[in-house]
Amino acid sequence: MTEATTDHEPGIVAGLIVPGIPHPLLCPDASEGYRALADAFAEARQVIHDAGADLLIIYSTMWPSIIGHQVQARPEPEWVHVDELFHDLGSIPYKFQVDVPFAHDLVGHMEARGLKARAVNYHGFPIDTGSVVANTLLNGDNALPVTMLSSNMYSDRAETVVHGKAVRDAVVAAGRRAAVVVVGTLSNRLFTDWIDPADDHVHSLKDDEWNRKVLELLGQGRLEDTAQLSREIHRQIRVPKVVNFKPMWWLSSVMGAHNDYRGTVHAYGALHGTGSAVVSLVPTEGGIGLKEFDEDDVDVFQGDREVLA
Amino acid sequence: MGQIVYGALAPHPPHLVYAENPPQNEPTAECGWEPLRWGYERLRKALDGIDYDTIVVLSPHWQTYVGTHFLGVPHFKSLSVDPIFPNLFRYHYELDVDVPLAEAMCSRASEAGLVTKMMRNPDFRVDYGTIVSCHLTNPSWDKPIVSVSSQRSAAYYSLEVMQEQAVALGRATREAIEASDRRVVLLASESLSHRHFVAEPDVVEDMSKEHITNHHQYLWDMKLIEMMRRGQTRELLDLLPEFTEQAVAESDSGALSWLLAAMDLPTIPAELFGYGTVIGTGNAVMGWDLTDGGAR
Repeated sequence: MTEATTDHEPGIVAGLIVPGIPHPLLCPDASEGYRALADAFAEARQVIHDAGADLLIIYSTMWPSIIGHQVQARPEPEWVHVDELFHDLGSIPYKFQVDVPFAHDLVGHMEARGLKARAVNYHGFPIDTGSVVANTLLNGDNALPVTMLSSNMYSDRAETVVHGKAVRDAVVAAGRRAAVVVVGTLSNRLFTDWIDPADDHVHSLKDDEWNRKVLELLGQGRLEDTAQLSREIHRQIRVPKVVNFKPMWWLSSVMGAHNDYRGTVHAYGALHGTGSAVVSLVPTEGGIGLKEFDEDDVDVFQGDREVLA
Repeated sequence: MGQIVYGALAPHPPHLVYAENPPQNEPTAECGWEPLRWGYERLRKALDGIDYDTIVVLSPHWQTYVGTHFLGVPHFKSLSVDPIFPNLFRYHYELDVDVPLAEAMCSRASEAGLVTKMMRNPDFRVDYGTIVSCHLTNPSWDKPIVSVSSQRSAAYYSLEVMQEQAVALGRATREAIEASDRRVVLLASESLSHRHFVAEPDVVEDMSKEHITNHHQYLWDMKLIEMMRRGQTRELLDLLPEFTEQAVAESDSGALSWLLAAMDLPTIPAELFGYGTVIGTGNAVMGWDLTDGGAR
């Protein structure tokens, strides 16, 4: 079990779950719910600060990769971003400060665990909306250097867990104190027509109930228990765009596969029908010990098991 | 009266532009994927003899979960970097949009009951699927385009619902074009089978490493190509949901269904210009010459 980090020990000092849909950034006052989520980003930013983080690591489910895992390694990526769906909400100019040496360290640690990985350093690389929204709202003044990671669209649990371990390896080896951010929604079903933001709500009662159950667990700090529910969460409330619901596997792997966290649900609401929440998890001791391991704890990725399709 | 004069299956692997070494693309290649590139060359030759005004393309890489969107800004100039293959595709594009036709298509689709939206943000970056298919079809970029997004109803509902919507969009596209004064080339920007390898060779254009991901995918690709070559578009449309599911095909985008419906399910044989694989996916460049209206 991973011990809670002290004020000076390297490791993962906080974990965040945030939505990547741009409304809290681009139109926070269009509804009370958007405003609550935007304010929750500010609270999460304070959690990062209070934890003494010196690095922000963003894993975005909205940055898919196919050739292994990609790590942003452009020192100061700068662009004016427009979301491909919500383009009418406006443009997002950004200029981020990326921790390039750490990005390359990360690639090395991923490869050491059998993963395909590469650093990407190209002007104009299309940083995804989720990463842009998260870093702008959590770290818009570039107070912390950031590392951004893709989410491989074919990887399932085994590969995702190893990916998380590689990230943790890199943080500890570098002596860093990192806050890790998962960008993604809970239920991900958008309304398929345009709505008045004032009428926004979670798409269905079923989605809403599942979201609240997940948030109940996270609010109790039960990260590993939530991770163990990932396949069921995917079946119940995820439109199947990728093979599985992976963020909780990744977060649990990076932070430590247990339930000893202080969990806070800063806000929960709808973004065009999706269930979106801002949650923080801070390592602690004496949390709830209800974890159930029912799948392999993989340390080295050994390939795709010859799965054909 | 406007007319769809040509329809093509025009896949968009960025590898093909990379291997062509056009001045717009930053990386350069030694060779690669010639059968597909020569296929595009034959398509361009076929289009040389056809008088047309506008290219209309539906791309799987402009993914919209709320409705179908249409580019609605007259001119774009920017840099397109492929998010998956940034090492191969960093393309400086400049293109014109046929906004009046886009608006007409959007309106007609809306009248047909589809959710639609015009994209008016001038900072918007045109997706690389649109750029690759249009570059390979018309490298001089001397024709305006209409780019149509892929509405992701296959993921949200089912392949059948996706297809119904794509067919409705195809009909609306045809009606809007016929109500205009445009002679139009349609491009379905998609691969056939679409299971990628998850690693690249050290030399990306090393063709000794290139092949279909698996035999199953190849059989499906050949089945579809043969149906198009025989003009069996009605049967093909019926088969597409099963093909899409079995071959992890990019037709989940609706591009091919849209194209077939817009062309009113022609029974003339499609011309196969080339077939090849790109990082394991199956790709065919095929065309239907509809200048005489197409046999139906």
